[in-house]
Amino acid sequence: MTFELFVFYFFAAIMVFAAARVITAKNPVHAALFLVLTFFTCAGIWLLLEAEFLAITLVLVYVGAVMVLFLFVVMMLDVNVVPLREGFVAYLPVGILVGLIMLLEMVFLLTQKYFRAEQFPVPARAPADAMGNTESLGRLLYSEYLFQFEIAAIILLVAIVAAIALTMRRRPHTKYQKPAQQIDVRKQDRLRIVKMPAEKRTS
Amino acid sequence: MITLSHYLALGALLFCLSVIGIFLNRKNVIILLMCIELMLLSVNMNFVAFSYFLGDGAGQIFVFFILTVAAAEAAIGLAILVVLFRNRSTINVADLDALKG
Repeated sequence: MTFELFVFYFFAAIMVFAAARVITAKNPVHAALFLVLTFFTCAGIWLLLEAEFLAITLVLVYVGAVMVLFLFVVMMLDVNVVPLREGFVAYLPVGILVGLIMLLEMVFLLTQKYFRAEQFPVPARAPADAMGNTESLGRLLYSEYLFQFEIAAIILLVAIVAAIALTMRRRPHTKYQKPAQQIDVRKQDRLRIVKMPAEKRTS
Repeated sequence: MITLSHYLALGALLFCLSVIGIFLNRKNVIILLMCIELMLLSVNMNFVAFSYFLGDGAGQIFVFFILTVAAAEAAIGLAILVVLFRNRSTINVADLDALKG
């Protein structure tokens, strides 16, 4: 067994274990933390696939932003988890059955001749002084996929606006600024110019 | 030697685990969202593996966009969840029967 294979199996084992704990954990906080572990090990496996930029993006975006958001929400909502676990055992056989059937189907596809190692020979490792993964991705992204990239930016903007618009609420007793009224004032409403003669200095 | 099948099998295993998770935790919306993230991750794994073995960067670009959309989806989904909890003080899917479904 080569070192690469060992690393792959090591990460894969951790990943499958963490994913299994995500779906079986009693506490949603534990589930979120195990999902973080899954993302970390997945980033490790992507590093084996020479997708360095995506691996770092996965850690930064998913672990750094999305999972923190999940943890925020899980901890903010005071959820009673006991009624949410109802039917867990009852649906265990059905779930495992469906999952197993899907897995068997996919493994059946994988064992066909289309995905054999002869069809997809393992490419040689990129030399250390070659163009980096980030640079080649950037060249593709900003030339061929520029339009899609801009659409992705719009999607993110819409997501920001939607998330804020959904969760923002106005409490009646809180004081707010009213920018419209602030802009609307005229000089003569606020400012009064008083004329008076200069007074003599008394010394 | 790690072949393509290794990565595809790992992706398939992850996908099945998340499907089982949706079956098991179908009352808890938070875990359901996490299972969807897990599914997207397994699909991304396939994309990255094919991109590496075919020597084509387009797969990684696709993963990039999936990550973007998944982040947007998680943000909006969690926002909906917060509003739901504020209005109904529950996130149990069984209690969401206002439409008499």
